[in-house]
Amino acid sequence: MTAAAERAPVARADLIKRGARTALVPLLSLLAAMVLGGLVMIVTDPDVLPYWAAFFRNPGRAVTVSWELVSDAYEALLRGSFGSMNAFSETITNATPLVFAGLGFALAYRAGLFNIGGEGQILAGATTAVWVGFSFDLPAVIHLPLALVGGIVGGAIWGFIPGILKARTGAHEVITTIMLNYIALSGLNYLLKTTTFLRPGRSDPISQIVNDSAQLPAFGDYRMHAGIIVAGLTAYVVWWLLFRSTLGFEFRSVGANPSASSYAGMSVGGTYVTVMMISGALAGLAGASQMLGVRHYMSPGFLGYGFDAIALAILGRNHPVGVFAAAILFGALRAGGLSMQAATATPIDIILVIQALIIAFMAAPALVRAIFRIRAETVVESEAVTKSWGT
Amino acid sequence: MKVELRGITKRFPGVVANADVNLSVEAGEVLALLGENGAGKSTLMNVLFGLYHADEGEILIDGKPVVFNSPADAIASGIGMVHQHFMLVPVFTVTENVMLGVEPTGPMALLDRKKARDRLLSLSKEYGLEVDPDATVEDLPVGVQQRVEILKALYREANSLILDEPTAVLTPNEIRDLIQIIRTLKQSGRSVIFISHKLKEVLQIADRIAVLHRGRVAGITTPQETNEQQLATLMVGREVQLEVSKETAQPGEDVLVVDDLEVLDDRDHKTVDGVSFKVRAGEILALAGVQGNGQTELVEAITGLRPPLTGTVSLNGKDVTGRSPRDLFRKGLAHIPEDRQADGLVVSFPIEDNLVLNTYNEPEFSRGLAIRRDRVRESAENLVEQFDIRTTSTTAAASTLSGGNQQKVIVAREFTHADELLIASQPTRGLDVGSIQYIHEQIVAKRDEGVAVLLVSTELDEIFALADRIAVMCRGRIVGTLDRKGATRDRVGLLMAGETEEAETVPGEMAPTPTEDES
Repeated sequence: MTAAAERAPVARADLIKRGARTALVPLLSLLAAMVLGGLVMIVTDPDVLPYWAAFFRNPGRAVTVSWELVSDAYEALLRGSFGSMNAFSETITNATPLVFAGLGFALAYRAGLFNIGGEGQILAGATTAVWVGFSFDLPAVIHLPLALVGGIVGGAIWGFIPGILKARTGAHEVITTIMLNYIALSGLNYLLKTTTFLRPGRSDPISQIVNDSAQLPAFGDYRMHAGIIVAGLTAYVVWWLLFRSTLGFEFRSVGANPSASSYAGMSVGGTYVTVMMISGALAGLAGASQMLGVRHYMSPGFLGYGFDAIALAILGRNHPVGVFAAAILFGALRAGGLSMQAATATPIDIILVIQALIIAFMAAPALVRAIFRIRAETVVESEAVTKSWGT
Repeated sequence: MKVELRGITKRFPGVVANADVNLSVEAGEVLALLGENGAGKSTLMNVLFGLYHADEGEILIDGKPVVFNSPADAIASGIGMVHQHFMLVPVFTVTENVMLGVEPTGPMALLDRKKARDRLLSLSKEYGLEVDPDATVEDLPVGVQQRVEILKALYREANSLILDEPTAVLTPNEIRDLIQIIRTLKQSGRSVIFISHKLKEVLQIADRIAVLHRGRVAGITTPQETNEQQLATLMVGREVQLEVSKETAQPGEDVLVVDDLEVLDDRDHKTVDGVSFKVRAGEILALAGVQGNGQTELVEAITGLRPPLTGTVSLNGKDVTGRSPRDLFRKGLAHIPEDRQADGLVVSFPIEDNLVLNTYNEPEFSRGLAIRRDRVRESAENLVEQFDIRTTSTTAAASTLSGGNQQKVIVAREFTHADELLIASQPTRGLDVGSIQYIHEQIVAKRDEGVAVLLVSTELDEIFALADRIAVMCRGRIVGTLDRKGATRDRVGLLMAGETEEAETVPGEMAPTPTEDES
């Protein structure tokens, strides 16, 4: 038996242990956020508050009513996200673009860049994918991949701009990417009025519909589509790229210490450009998958995945596996939130509160440890959520 | 004031930083605290200064037990500390810095700058701490900034002063001044605790020497009873060789030729102003100079990190001016950067990744886009053994290593590829005696292999231990090039301070004590 084979099971056990330790703070953040979210539900519910006003007359009642309110809401949330095949399909449908966009943010973050231009890159990718989707008449085996590549190219171009600006002039990517979001939005508004995009017979800004041959096939009658498979494969590719390739070595090295990287002969500026292009391409895929899988046409406005992607990437500790899991969670919150609102009259905004609280807890791991009384682990490099802001 | 530490034990998760330490310092006494990095000197002083709370043991002042919960308590008891990294506000004046936190106020709670300034002036006169109270701190040389720190402590009526590695940042002349200041403080009845890992100056300054090794007091002695060799042995815990044994250099062809180089720094100041020199194969040229005289920018220009304004850099007869660091690396240039944590390592990366930081994309370690992890691991395991890097695993982050072992990682990485030229900037800064010895031996071994070595150093000890020739840099120029044989410490020290004429007229002999600060 070779030494490597002997070592393998140990390494796997070690990996699982490390993974569990890494996931601990995110999971506890989620738990703490759900508890606080429950408290918010209680104090904002006009039907429950009177029982608390009468707390000293009937304390048991106040507690029971509050408990019922929160448990009903969370039960509806769970039912609406995983309770049936249809609910599951909705969760996956919502999660698919979030996986891509989250991977895009995480990749840039690993290279020390805070890419908050996901929203604009998503629009750029969605627009090019839709254009490829309705402009050509090709067999599906060619047309669908071509449309996806269209999304990649569109997003990559939108990522290239802040990348080259940072490399050449030092312009901070937080500023340039957020500006480019609005340029993308206005650009889309303009494009939708051109004859290339405008749907025949319509005068409002709505694009032509993507041909069947470029659509991502759905699973049976459900809304969820093959995009989730592409998303899973993409997560694997991003993992490989980050942790097994020379390119990823450069990304992480430049992200952790640009100065030492340039001393070691890497081109820091070149890395920024490459990273932003790949990050943008991933966001572009988010837009493309949503267009080719669900909506099939462009209309004005952001798709609204870019900022959730930042939150879930942080929750997933900017690791492809974590990002995938966090995207499913956020997809479930979106899908379940709708049915929670319908079933229990709990406003869907509570989902936003929970998401925001998760991030607040993730940004303060010491607080989470204090609440749950766990000992500090050795500092994990991706723990500093806000690290790239100062530079 | 007598300060006494009794049975101090301080534990951190997984380490005992101080174990049952007993120390005392009398009024009018200078106690040197000697030890390697990580021996627990700083922890002990932080306990005394109220920054840490000891797990066991007590602090006594004039025989009375005291409890310090914060530096404010320690200051109130008359303890002052001058940290290695100064705690000054650069844009404030000297007076403002000194009064900060204990500002005297006049009517309507307005700041009474004049009162503070007068008191500062009288203190500065009393102790010979010459300083302009109205100068802005950022404009002052490091040695004067240190005086401001000492004045700050005296202003707060410190009777016992802790100086944490005070000479690390000073020029030879400034060190002489500091020693004078310490003597004055001593005469005024104050006690001084002087932290250092430099044997020579400890023997020169201290009344008593306490050696710390792995958190314990390894011995307490006096300069009269001991010598460098004995102190080094106590400090390291084993016999060490203080002199590097080396044969006379056998210089060959010119490897590095720098011709009339001018370089701008980040603020567009010309910090390298027409520098020319050459380094031959098989010799060590030491570039001596006080920190901040253009050495950093010069090295950056040679290694391709900073484009020079004018002039040329040639390697083995080929003009390589402005080539990228990677190009130069492939031509056989290796570089040990002066700031190992900022420029030499990605400290959050595993040791094995740091060992391939410049070779990860060479065919040896990659196939197409893929990194050959098995080869990286294998090579790392070999290097860890060969260079005696003390670690439990090659996958441990570089940040978990001690300074000496971090430097060994860089040495292991760079020396493997130093085929033509090795540039070593401050290769032993902040390292302990054992590591210094090791790295010096490695550099000499490279020279003997026929590699040209450019050593950039501010330490006279290091320069005289290694150099075959010495070029002294001051204010962006080379002010003198000496052969090792004809050079003396005083002559080099004076050249470093920019006193060229004087050095020329008093060759090799003891120079007069400096009267002015260089600024």
